[in-house]
Amino acid sequence: MSNLHNPASPFVPFSPNPAIQSGVASPTTPLSISQKTPQLGSSNLRYASSRKSIYDRHLNRTQRSELSKASFAFLFGEMIQYAQKQVSGIQDLEKKLNIQGYSIGQRLLELLLHREGRSAKRETRVLGILQFVAQTVYRHLFGKPADGLEKSRDNEDEYMLIDNDPAVNSYISVPREMSQLNCAAFVAGIIEAVLDGSLFPSRVTAHSVPTEQYPMKTVFLIKFDESVLERESVMPNN
Amino acid sequence: MTFYFAIIGTKDNPIYETEFGTSKQGGDGHARFPDEQRPMNQFILHSALDIVEEVQWVQKELYLKTVDRFNNLLVSCFLTAGNIKFLLLHDSKAEDPIRQFFADVHEAYVKTLMNPFYEVDMRITSTVFDSKVRAAAKKYL
Repeated sequence: MSNLHNPASPFVPFSPNPAIQSGVASPTTPLSISQKTPQLGSSNLRYASSRKSIYDRHLNRTQRSELSKASFAFLFGEMIQYAQKQVSGIQDLEKKLNIQGYSIGQRLLELLLHREGRSAKRETRVLGILQFVAQTVYRHLFGKPADGLEKSRDNEDEYMLIDNDPAVNSYISVPREMSQLNCAAFVAGIIEAVLDGSLFPSRVTAHSVPTEQYPMKTVFLIKFDESVLERESVMPNN
Repeated sequence: MTFYFAIIGTKDNPIYETEFGTSKQGGDGHARFPDEQRPMNQFILHSALDIVEEVQWVQKELYLKTVDRFNNLLVSCFLTAGNIKFLLLHDSKAEDPIRQFFADVHEAYVKTLMNPFYEVDMRITSTVFDSKVRAAAKKYL
């Protein structure tokens, strides 16, 4: 049944994933399968109980569906607890949350542009990608655009994305001794992945900036890599 | 008409490759590269990456159309949002079928990416993905 009858080629793949790096002579043979049995066959593929693979699922079916906030809060609480068991400090914990969000952001970026269909456009400018995050990404995640987008007055490479009441924090009260912690680091991870994926490498961190009106106000500080500003400065103004 | 198709990751690492022939006009879908040409294909696509890196900041579409040529061979590119490059080496000009082919592959790629066990830049080893690509090639090319 194999439709992978490619002739052996010298195409030795390179990937940062160590599991893949050991170059196997025939690259189109699935590694995981070939290691277990030399035979290829659909029987070796594991299917969900519905007998359908991920390729049979529709990408746009859940486009407008919403998740219950209660179940998200429960899941997110568990994620924080899980992360906290593995770390020793607040910075570590924020980093863990950031990483959890990062893998979501990588997927979200690709999915959102795929859903735009033929009119999809990649963002090539700093302002464009920030708008994309504040509008498209934020709207998809939380059902509303971000509350503000500001450029830092002191630093040329810093931008601030403002959320007056982050949905992820609505059922979280941070203990006094951990007051530095902002669990929206998870969202910061998502934003960072979207920026990185679009070739705007940056560091994104979440900071609590409580005000009278918005006690939960969070600012995502976006610090772009030097290369981004360098590129931006040579791009034509249009 | 013979095609060579490769997907290149964000670190210019190949994550998938295949070759196939046309299924239109009585073609049987088998690739017919001369033996001395086959090893060249990878070099041609690799050298096209430089041009893609220039074009991607000028053109905002995902489908960058034909970016490079080598003798009588053309290289078409489709660049995803996450900077994954789909490169197709082909010998005749046909923009629309290639666009449709890329669109189908893009859908299959996004589905691959939705798998929590798959990470960006990992090689795509799924046989289902492979058959999806072949089906798209058969349908449009």
